[in-house]
Amino acid sequence: MLNIHLILFLAFGAIAVAGAVNLLVQRHPINSALSLIAVMAALAGEYLLLGAEFVAAVQVIVYAGAIMVLFVFVIMLLNAGVEEQTSGSRVAFIFGIPGMLLGSLLVAWVVLRHSGTEAVWPGALPGAPKTIGPLLFHEFLLPFEVTSILILIAIMGAVVLASKPTTPGGGPRQKVQD
Amino acid sequence: MVPLSYYLVLSGILFACGVTGFLIKRNIITIFMSIELMLNGVNLSFVAFAAHWQNLAGQVFVFFVMVVAAAEAAVGLAIIIAVYRTRETLNVDQVNLLKL
Repeated sequence: MLNIHLILFLAFGAIAVAGAVNLLVQRHPINSALSLIAVMAALAGEYLLLGAEFVAAVQVIVYAGAIMVLFVFVIMLLNAGVEEQTSGSRVAFIFGIPGMLLGSLLVAWVVLRHSGTEAVWPGALPGAPKTIGPLLFHEFLLPFEVTSILILIAIMGAVVLASKPTTPGGGPRQKVQD
Repeated sequence: MVPLSYYLVLSGILFACGVTGFLIKRNIITIFMSIELMLNGVNLSFVAFAAHWQNLAGQVFVFFVMVVAAAEAAVGLAIIIAVYRTRETLNVDQVNLLKL
């Protein structure tokens, strides 16, 4: 049974998985960052399929917009080059890849076997801002306020960490020698 | 309609890709992006379960996860800048000393 909802889910899912794999394959950080933006855009589409309009909008604005701009900015600021190729450990290849495949197969089998009949209908739970807002400002008011303090601390921490370090004498700190 | 399990499998694949990137990548910025990928995978299962159980709290939690991710990205990238300023490398193999 192939309906439009399933087709859209598979299309967005394929984009998301392709972006995630591309993130792993690419050696230059800027390419990985752009793949991650593709993953986030595809996930915003999945959220829209689930009826979570507010989450989809926040995903695009905050994640794909603000956070990834910060990433790209830092990559360009530090002039990050191509990642150095290192030989992976042999144990990781011998045990890691079969283990990962086995684990993912097991999880996929369990999940598909035991909840294959329970379907999520498109737009079953409309998550418009009008319905999210009261929940956020009544039931989750305390966590919401705590996150505002968290953001404030994060801003101050980022400024302190990224500002030019100075020694008590006033001169710049010495570079590490190794 | 799409079975809930499809969403969970997609979420699991994204999380596994994030874990793999965290383990195999050598660039500290790419490792950080893998963490963001893991958070995105978890967010998808949050929204799918919210729709499945008809409970909007799941979507509110996704909002909180995003806020924490934003704070984490700001502080983490500032730490990366500080590390780069003292070590002049982004390769995690060469960042192996706590002292300056």
